[in-house]
Amino acid sequence: MDLKEKLLSSFMAFEERVDVNADLHNIRTEAIKNFENKGFPTKKEEAWKYTSLNAVLKNDFSVFPKQENALSYAEVKKYFLHEIDTYKVVFIDGIFSSFLSSTTHEGLDVCLMSSALTKPKYKEVIDTYFNKIANKDESLTSLNTAFAHEGAFINIPKNKIADKPIEIISFSTGNEAALMVQPRNLVVVGKNAQVQIIERHQSLNSNPVLTNAVTEIYAHENANVDYYKIQNDVLTANLIDNTYISQKRDSNVSVHTFSFGGNITRNNLNFYHEGENIDSTLKGITIISGKQHVDHYTLVNHAQPNCESHQNYKGIFDGSSTGVFNGKIYVEKIAQKTDAFQQNNNVLLSDKATINAKPQLEIFADDVKCSHGCTIGQLDEDAMFYMQSRGIPQKEAKALLMYAFSNEVIDSIRITELKNRINKIIATKLGVNMGFDL
Amino acid sequence: MLSIKNLHASVEDKEILKGINLEVKAGEVHAIMGPNGSGKSTLSSVIAGKEDYEVTDGEIVLEGEDIGELAPEERAHKGVFLSFQYPVEIPGVSVTNFMKTAINESRKAKGLEEMPANEMLKLIREKSELLEIDRKFLSRSLNEGFSGGEKKRNEIFQMAMLEPKLAILDETDSGLDIDALRIVANGVNKLRSKDNAVIVITHYQRLLDYIVPDYVHVLYNGKIVKSGGKELAYELEEKGYDWIKSEN
Repeated sequence: MDLKEKLLSSFMAFEERVDVNADLHNIRTEAIKNFENKGFPTKKEEAWKYTSLNAVLKNDFSVFPKQENALSYAEVKKYFLHEIDTYKVVFIDGIFSSFLSSTTHEGLDVCLMSSALTKPKYKEVIDTYFNKIANKDESLTSLNTAFAHEGAFINIPKNKIADKPIEIISFSTGNEAALMVQPRNLVVVGKNAQVQIIERHQSLNSNPVLTNAVTEIYAHENANVDYYKIQNDVLTANLIDNTYISQKRDSNVSVHTFSFGGNITRNNLNFYHEGENIDSTLKGITIISGKQHVDHYTLVNHAQPNCESHQNYKGIFDGSSTGVFNGKIYVEKIAQKTDAFQQNNNVLLSDKATINAKPQLEIFADDVKCSHGCTIGQLDEDAMFYMQSRGIPQKEAKALLMYAFSNEVIDSIRITELKNRINKIIATKLGVNMGFDL
Repeated sequence: MLSIKNLHASVEDKEILKGINLEVKAGEVHAIMGPNGSGKSTLSSVIAGKEDYEVTDGEIVLEGEDIGELAPEERAHKGVFLSFQYPVEIPGVSVTNFMKTAINESRKAKGLEEMPANEMLKLIREKSELLEIDRKFLSRSLNEGFSGGEKKRNEIFQMAMLEPKLAILDETDSGLDIDALRIVANGVNKLRSKDNAVIVITHYQRLLDYIVPDYVHVLYNGKIVKSGGKELAYELEEKGYDWIKSEN
């Protein structure tokens, strides 16, 4: 039985297992139908031209974790931003770990999707926001919706500034020979509210994992949201991340995606504007090698006047790794005075590494500022010789150049400890110990 | 200090250096002059170890050791410094961080501990004053948006920080106005000692008014065709390079 059949036949059993109200049942049923019709995407689809899931889908994934697993904090401490105090929503093999988590209902809600979906007091929020911005046509998003049950639920009421960052971490223990998890997160940030969120998926051994995650983020008027995705997983982990962001007027949302690990990583990042004076930031650093594959598929839908979007993606590709950057900017006719910027710079460190870059600008308004730039280059040999001639060994010189190359993105991280962490991960990735943080 | 014997070097099978012989002793300043395309910059790059050039014959000996096979950084650790004609811009790396990395990598290679931060700061302050460099300048990205003069001053600042045994100044005077030239030359002169040596590569005699050489060599068509004292530079200035070309 292939994975699609397995998922379809598991659907009824799943719905019996979880406590479901009629509305949710309808949403899920619609979703599973869409997935049944469309199936897993293939390279025949334009949006998946450069990313094949075929090999990954051959694994015999367990679609429900069989048992709850415990992890001690010491085992996984390094994956947390432990230098500072944070709220934590932690999952082990798809199941909530109350032991490792630090949730709250005081002044803001940082808790579980499973309780938000089932408890009456959250019904209004769920009715208003759940599966509203997520693309109902997209098959993997539908698949997630069909099985949506667990994940993080974050609700920041108006005028509230979250007092500490929130970490959402999903661990896979390798308890199953191969595991598929489908976390579903919902983030609602009220008028004038602010929050910082860090999301991470981490396998703790080399059994294959397929994560198909969906996150919906609603930023209300003048809200401020910084979202950081750390993708530094083991080489047998695969991630399909679908993030949908709806912004109301004067809101400010940034998403930073750090893609350093994993086998296949696909980031579908979608911004929708629903008001004026919106600011959207999409930044990413990809550093991969071997046979790793990272695909960034972004969409910014400028649907209102006077909004800005800033995209800056940097990629460093070694070995026979492959990268994809597909950045779509859609400017509707009404969206005059749009300022949309897109930059994608890539360095290929090996003859076998590949990058497919495709900026897509569809502009229907006539008074807009849209620019995009894409570069693909090799390491600057003159710069290498210059640094070496000052006594900096080749390896360190290379690392210094890579650091400098990534710096624009690292620099805009607004949590110092996270910035240090990312610097360290990059140093480890480049195999050097730098004497300073850039 | 430096002994170059019968050095031949090619780039993409085209021979540029055709048998260079040069002896530089500690405490000396040598000027290498010559018309464009004579091989001056190739010679400096080959001494510093640029990989684009293939040394086909001969040897480069620094303090008794053949350094011809060493990587550029290993030559730097042994005390070779090249001031670039066209310093490379490195966005995202500040002058200060670059120098910290360079100094600590050299120390690491010699088995020394990293330089303590306060000592590093003191050294940076001292050397930047020597080159009349504004402190704000040091936190800027290396060479990015620097004027021609700033780039050259920054090269000599790095030389001052690294204290090389053998400094090669490749066309350091190009792009400098008279004030910048004076500051740069003054910096170099203060760094001169009986234990180090300087090779000044230049097209014009102008710089040699400030950094006075003990010997002047004329490079033409990949060979040193004439050597003499500092008066040779004046003679060249007066007669022009056609004089050399007609003799060879």
